Amino acid sequence: MTDAHYDAVVVGGGHNGLVCGAYLAKAGRKVLLLERRAEVGGAAVTREFADGFSVSACAQWLQQLHPDVESDLKLSRHGLELAARDLDTIALAQDGAHVTIAANGVSGAALSDRDAERYARFSRQMFKFARLLARVSERRVPQLTEAGWRDRIAMLSLALGMKRLGRADMRDLLRIGLINIYDVMEEHFDNDLLKGALSLDATLGTHLGPRSPNSVISFLHRRMGEVFGYRGPALVRGGMGGLSQALAAAASACGVEIRTEVQVTSIDAAADGVSGITLAGGERIRAPIVVSNADPKTTFEILLGLANVEAGVARRVHNYRMQGNVAKLHLALDGLPDFVGLDESQLGQRLVVAPGMDAMELAFNAAKYGEYSPNPVLDISIPSLSDDSLAPAGSHVLTALVQYAPYSLKAGWETGKEAFTQLAIETLKRYAPNLRETIIASELLTPVDLEREFHLGGGHWHHGEIGLDQLLVARPFPGASRYAMPVPGLFLCGAGAHPGGGVMGLAGRNAAREIIAHKPGKSRT
Amino acid sequence: MAKNYDAIVIGSGHNGLTNAAYLAKAGLNVLVVEKNPYIGGATVSRQLHEDWLYSNCSYVCSLLRPEITRDLELPRHGLQIVPYGGSLSFCSNGDHFGDYPDHERQYREMARHSVRDANAYERYAADVMKQTRLIRRFLLSTPPDPTSLKLRDLREMKRMKDAFTELGEEGLADALRFWTMSIGDFLDEYFETDVIKAHLAGSGIIGTALGVYSPGTAYVLLHHYMGDVDGTVGAWGFARGGMGAVSAALAASLQSFRGEIRVDAEVEQITVKRGRVTGVALTSGEEIKADIVVSNLDPKRTFLNVMDSKDLPAEVVTKARNFKIRGSSGKLNIALDGLPSFNGIPSDSPLMHTDMHVLDSLERMERAYDDWKSGTWSQDPYVDMLIPSLVDPTMAPPGKHMMTVFVQYAPPKVRGEEWSDADRDAFGKTVIDQIANYSPDFKDLILHCEVRTPRELEAEVGLTEGNIFMGELTFDQLLFNRPFPGYAQYRGPVTGMYMCGSGTHPGGGVMAAPGANAAREILLDLRRPAMVPEAYADD
Amino acid sequence: MDQLKPHDPTMMRQTPFHSRVARACEINQWDDWKGYTTPLAYTEVEQEYFAIRNSTGVFDLSPMTKYHIGGPDAEAFLNRVMTRDIRKLKPGRVGYTVWCNDAGQVMDDGTLFNFGDNNYRLCSYTRVMDWLQWSALGFDVSIEDVTADVAALAVQGPTSCAVLKAMGCAGLEGLKPFGLTHFDFEGVELMVSRTGFTGDLGYELWIVPEQAELLWDRLFAAGKDLGIRATGGEALELARIEAGFLQAGVDFVPAEEVVRQGRSRSPFELGLDWLVDLDKGVFNGRRALLEERMHGSRYRFVFLDVEGNKPAEHSFILKGRKEIGIVTSAAWCPTAKSNIAFAQIDARYGKAGEELIAEVYYQRELAWTRVLAKCRVLRSPVFNSPKRRQTPAPDY
Repeated sequence: MTDAHYDAVVVGGGHNGLVCGAYLAKAGRKVLLLERRAEVGGAAVTREFADGFSVSACAQWLQQLHPDVESDLKLSRHGLELAARDLDTIALAQDGAHVTIAANGVSGAALSDRDAERYARFSRQMFKFARLLARVSERRVPQLTEAGWRDRIAMLSLALGMKRLGRADMRDLLRIGLINIYDVMEEHFDNDLLKGALSLDATLGTHLGPRSPNSVISFLHRRMGEVFGYRGPALVRGGMGGLSQALAAAASACGVEIRTEVQVTSIDAAADGVSGITLAGGERIRAPIVVSNADPKTTFEILLGLANVEAGVARRVHNYRMQGNVAKLHLALDGLPDFVGLDESQLGQRLVVAPGMDAMELAFNAAKYGEYSPNPVLDISIPSLSDDSLAPAGSHVLTALVQYAPYSLKAGWETGKEAFTQLAIETLKRYAPNLRETIIASELLTPVDLEREFHLGGGHWHHGEIGLDQLLVARPFPGASRYAMPVPGLFLCGAGAHPGGGVMGLAGRNAAREIIAHKPGKSRT
Repeated sequence: MAKNYDAIVIGSGHNGLTNAAYLAKAGLNVLVVEKNPYIGGATVSRQLHEDWLYSNCSYVCSLLRPEITRDLELPRHGLQIVPYGGSLSFCSNGDHFGDYPDHERQYREMARHSVRDANAYERYAADVMKQTRLIRRFLLSTPPDPTSLKLRDLREMKRMKDAFTELGEEGLADALRFWTMSIGDFLDEYFETDVIKAHLAGSGIIGTALGVYSPGTAYVLLHHYMGDVDGTVGAWGFARGGMGAVSAALAASLQSFRGEIRVDAEVEQITVKRGRVTGVALTSGEEIKADIVVSNLDPKRTFLNVMDSKDLPAEVVTKARNFKIRGSSGKLNIALDGLPSFNGIPSDSPLMHTDMHVLDSLERMERAYDDWKSGTWSQDPYVDMLIPSLVDPTMAPPGKHMMTVFVQYAPPKVRGEEWSDADRDAFGKTVIDQIANYSPDFKDLILHCEVRTPRELEAEVGLTEGNIFMGELTFDQLLFNRPFPGYAQYRGPVTGMYMCGSGTHPGGGVMAAPGANAAREILLDLRRPAMVPEAYADD
Repeated sequence: MDQLKPHDPTMMRQTPFHSRVARACEINQWDDWKGYTTPLAYTEVEQEYFAIRNSTGVFDLSPMTKYHIGGPDAEAFLNRVMTRDIRKLKPGRVGYTVWCNDAGQVMDDGTLFNFGDNNYRLCSYTRVMDWLQWSALGFDVSIEDVTADVAALAVQGPTSCAVLKAMGCAGLEGLKPFGLTHFDFEGVELMVSRTGFTGDLGYELWIVPEQAELLWDRLFAAGKDLGIRATGGEALELARIEAGFLQAGVDFVPAEEVVRQGRSRSPFELGLDWLVDLDKGVFNGRRALLEERMHGSRYRFVFLDVEGNKPAEHSFILKGRKEIGIVTSAAWCPTAKSNIAFAQIDARYGKAGEELIAEVYYQRELAWTRVLAKCRVLRSPVFNSPKRRQTPAPDY
């Protein structure tokens, strides 16, 4: 047993773990952060998947990092640099009649003026709604029935925010807040590519199709990035690992002790709370507070053990929906493929293959029955166009999120993986006919691979479904929605906690605030 | 010289009749106009084959608010509801799951499939009942406008908030989960057996253009659980004489208050002058004057067919256009030469008197929905079939039987095209083949079969796109959003114009609550004493 | 999945003793107990009741829900489920226990038999498979419903030990309360535990269903001269109230079946503090019970001795004019000659000896009378026979 005494141990060096640790250390806590891999970052890492070719292995866009986190932790001083920002989203058409969604509006050959006009209005309204959601996300979810003064103020300000939307927008929010993106798109737009691309934002990384109710809230969840100052996706220089390195540097500067390549095998707890953690090899580290950056299932089922919580909690954990649906494709290219109708500057934008909502819904149908989509939808990036550190000169890397690829594939991923890789490449080929000739190496990370590589339970990057039944007071589950878990001293700081997934840093920061305000002995805060 | 009325109700569906009855009871001179030669809308008993009576639209009764039944003296006017307990699902392996009304018998039957599920049902029933109690108290009340600061709205909002906070912090979160979850995910938290989950999931999709794995379907389940028969919450019954008996009793009640009904009187337009309604113009050219016009039609027909867009705010026209009313179901009404036999069910089993279903897994149900999404009727359809003639001797000649078959899913259009007669027949054949999988002698007993697709429902009953609830039951169209935000308190955008159909809160099903709630608002505007009963306390 | 069995559509159940029970039930008073046909009374309730108190009453308790719990983690699992420290329950012993949900609200009570080697039997009134299975997450245990595989008789009363010895259970007098032992019975194992629901000397017999009828016959033959008598549900109900035993669904609502917030009860609120060990480690409900210990309970469970002889069934309990609680079980107790009521009252009231008022309604020939009966809070149940604890068991 080590004698060093810590105020808190953070298990897992994902971006939220780093953020949480940094804030705790800033507040004067002695913090130890433990990471199983050789480098910190969790799902925000850069991966060399072929000789000289690197990509952001999991999350590929930076589009939601909260500006307070960035400035509080002085991330640019610690090396965070963007290779590109405010990128457009280009919805690909096989015939080259693409639709471009930019911060200042939409455009495209086949796009009607009416759609363009409506998009401007739609976009403004969504921004207002997302701003409200952002207010909720920037703090812990309020206690509703036993509200203290802090919660009362928060609720009041939320109610005021609602009122400030104006009557028409408030009514619209109350109307569409719980429904599907499909119907909302149908109300507004005609163009299939536009509807498809926006629906992709509503369903990416979830077990939802465009027709699934709750997809509007997941759309707004993504749109929060705009509120945080992102007028489009950004690329971190050196890949997402660049962000994590900056966070690690910031955390270290605040005084966080970071240890990598150490595997936490258990969070140690007795009836009255946690006492520390145990490492592989048997080393035990004591601390009155353990902060888990792992997903809720891993935290409870593997690290803590369901036997150490009460059965109702075990039931909640068991019922937590967390099965990923996205695979990640990495291609090493010896040249830039020709995409029909796109020039080089456009190739550096965010490209999506989502040819209409019905096609997406069909793609989703398969996932419901444990099959991968016969016609998957893709979210594509060629980051090497703006960042020459990722590939040898003249060569490029292409990365794509490929959806839907259910974690529990009936046929099994051992057999399904190669076929799905080819399917994804074939799908891309429809838009870039000479793609195959440029490929020199490829890799597909299925949800099962993501689980193994990045310890994302179920291969789910949001650490659990983003559905209203698992958000706000129900994230990750009722009775555990305010970072403090039902085991005294145990906190959750990852995407499984409010406000959920996406590289925002808010879960980590909010959790740190809760821990700082936490008074030991009071089991409920 | 045509007589002047205080109020005209367009459409003699059960809500129109209820609304008219309350207005007449309050002393108004009321006329109900009906396009069809018979009253009742979708609450009818039709004699379409010899001596058989078909409840050819709605077919069973639970939601009809007991407060209204009693208040309008419907039993005195001939209504008798005979409860039938339980329900049944067939399995493709020849077995079945019987949901008996007796608690212990249900346990034994469930335990035959899974002891754990049988025990989990206790918790499931309690948890669903918690949510049911939450909604039941708001059925007979006007939804508040959440954007309003009027005392009445604030009071109603507070009542809602109190109902939720009464649940406690964790209970509140659970309510939020329940209201936003799919019925499939919800059932997965309780049960392990496919057929039990499929059986219980049926109530989450009936009448709804959603699948068992669509979030929001757990709420739809409530919509089928929130009724009661004689105080037994969730129970269902037959109206003796078919569902037309409900309309007949309502009409008799209306007439006892000197209200009038005219059939074969189709409204061409609601006439409006200077922002006020003046009456209705019939397709016959006749005009009838009244200061109040109440529409029992669905919101699309109300605002897009019988009202002139120049009389309406543009916003309302847009909202009506965007109103979601996709049909999802069809119906077969079948005259049978005798009682069909069903696999594994003795002919004298009490289960024969109940709802019988055929799909035995959530996956099959979800796939049935996938067919609807791609614009076809389900190839492996879900059916809810009943043989009311086993209970009600008035439905068929002795020894013969009448079977009502509700079918899900059937799209409003077939791959974007109108239904053709050939489509309809193919749909009917799909359903009959499905039933025959579980009943070997079924086909041979068919004497007459009426097949109703969304097309027929729209053409005859006037339900746009064949949606039986006059609008989908998704959150954008529930409570203060039904039919549209800002118009959920039964008042239309034109002075003197009101809505009372299932397109208003609390929605579809033979509930009569929208009609009664609308009457309450009208009487309030007229400064007349309140007539409409309050909901009974704690169930 | 299990092979689906063809079934009788009514699926009505009879206990393994049914042929004997049916013969003994001379007044046709039957009840449905969890789907089993069981007698409310065999001949006359008073006689049956006094058999329990004066000689030996035999009650067929086969419908009691019974689970076998085994596997390497069985002890740890049960310790997490139960509020008591199960590690203290030695092999060969039986424990009375309750279990709670996470909110610290009682789901049921029951008896737990430790057969050794991580093999247990849990006997309860309600069915708890669902909760046991959820509780089993994270444990290596197997849980099996063995209700139909075990025939059970309660043999209760002052001559019960003598009867059983006469039947061949040699040395049974040495069995301590809550102990269990085994005998050979016609080549099969007869398990005898010194447990019961009557507050007197008594045993429960457990055997495979195939030998049930023979057991009944031998038992009644052995007890012929010792006043043995079959007793039905109503006599047992009197005995349990007299002895102060709670009944799920009557004296509390099983916590996970509660619909209305706040209608369930904690063990503290049911007077079962002695069954809660807050220091034993994690168990279901511990956090909530700790909070309750800190902040106080809402209700108090009390035994009341009610003035007069009219059972205070469903009565409101008043303090002065203020309504402070309700009665859940009540009976005139013939041995103690007391009019006993179980009540749940506002926790601020009900200290031993306190005088309260029960609002009793009773009817005689269609005339209802309302009595504001004085009642006194008792320290303990009125029937508390020393024979229940004596070892060796006394010969009547």
